[in-house]
Amino acid sequence: MALANVLQSESVDFSNYGRKCRGFSSSLYETELGLESVGGDNLSFAVRTACSDGDGPERKIQFLHGTTTLAFKFQHGVIVAVDSRATAGAYIASQTVKKVIEINPYLLGTMAGGAADCSFWERLLARQCRVYELRNKERISVAAASKLLANMVYQYKGMGLSMGTMVCGWDKTGPGLYYVDSEGNRVCGDLFAVGSGSMYAYGIVDSGLKQKDLTVEEACDLGCRAIYQATYRDAYSGGQVNLYHVHSEGWNRVSQSDVLMLHQQYQAEKA
Amino acid sequence: MEYLIGIQGQDFVLVAADNVAAHSIVKMKQDQDKMFKLSDKILLLCVGEAGDTVQFAEYIQKNIQLYKMRNGYELSPTAAANFTRKNLADYLRSRTPYHVNLLLAGFDETDGPGLYYMDHLSALAKAPFAAHGHGAYLTLSILDRYYRPDLTRDEAMDLLKKCIEELNHRFILNLPSFSVRLIDKDGTHDPEKLIPVGAK
Repeated sequence: MALANVLQSESVDFSNYGRKCRGFSSSLYETELGLESVGGDNLSFAVRTACSDGDGPERKIQFLHGTTTLAFKFQHGVIVAVDSRATAGAYIASQTVKKVIEINPYLLGTMAGGAADCSFWERLLARQCRVYELRNKERISVAAASKLLANMVYQYKGMGLSMGTMVCGWDKTGPGLYYVDSEGNRVCGDLFAVGSGSMYAYGIVDSGLKQKDLTVEEACDLGCRAIYQATYRDAYSGGQVNLYHVHSEGWNRVSQSDVLMLHQQYQAEKA
Repeated sequence: MEYLIGIQGQDFVLVAADNVAAHSIVKMKQDQDKMFKLSDKILLLCVGEAGDTVQFAEYIQKNIQLYKMRNGYELSPTAAANFTRKNLADYLRSRTPYHVNLLLAGFDETDGPGLYYMDHLSALAKAPFAAHGHGAYLTLSILDRYYRPDLTRDEAMDLLKKCIEELNHRFILNLPSFSVRLIDKDGTHDPEKLIPVGAK
């Protein structure tokens, strides 16, 4: 996601640099002097200023949080559902990105924001969790794992990290779900949706969770449906819906459904 | 967007904070507790930039507890407030200032109740009543008009309810519920969670 975006933006910037300057000089030429520039002649009366957009040589890395990820707790654990599209501006870089990071057999992390940031820091978290296990001879709790992650990224606050992740798992106290981001937020909750399509997903899951006591299958359907609806409305989400279920024995991958297939299926059901 | 309020009575301090943890235009959590227990009789209410609030408040909390472990007795509310302010001031002109607004409420054996207002520029003021957030603009005048130093617990609660009703009436953002705590010589009590009428 982000890596493609960075490479793309570097190259696009160079061409923009040339185009912009030329545009600047030629329009000045035309408007102010009323003369047409001779083709091929590099003569220009315009002042060549550095074509920067205020950032100077240090171009700010544009991270697009083009994604929809969600997780919610219910009676039988935690459902985690994510899309799989990576975009670089208006270009779809990939439709098969894995946005759920398997920290260990009973902890999952989701990815939104910079792909490199998410996978690196969550991999580091996996290492810290393993060290905790070795030192304390027991599994780390979801609260502790999320606190470790939050403290790690807080040290880099303001330095351009971009990460919005949900740490989901099952520990002694039952199902655990925490939202952690690179701003330093760490919030415990029953339902989170992160990314550009999050608001569409909230709409579906909020209304679906009103009826209490969902079965595992109903909860999986709800998660799937929410991501599908978000991909329907949000241009930056799409691809497949990857669905995971976290229960007392750990997590397991429930399904991977292509959004276009789901579309056919739901349309058929409506008819 | 966030709101804190404190009212000092003759032998108690009443404090309240809203419960919303927001992220741009979405309410991520509706039962967030913004009060941090520094000791049995001292509460720190903390709002401000995401991450900074919890990190700073927990830092102060652990240091207050460390003082108790090292020296065998707790810091008084005045000392705790000044310690907090000093930390804010030290970080203010560093590369990583804490952008937080605080209310510290406590009860001291000898000095009685105390409410301290602190802001992100590390100002410190001991005040009979105080509020933080956009809601403060709407409620400070109510506090000015109806506050008396000899308020009873019920009267202070009514005054608090008046303030929250005004927020519900005029504040553009919906703050559905507020955590309320009361500190007196017997420690910290949780009277009730305030849910304004008409709020969902």
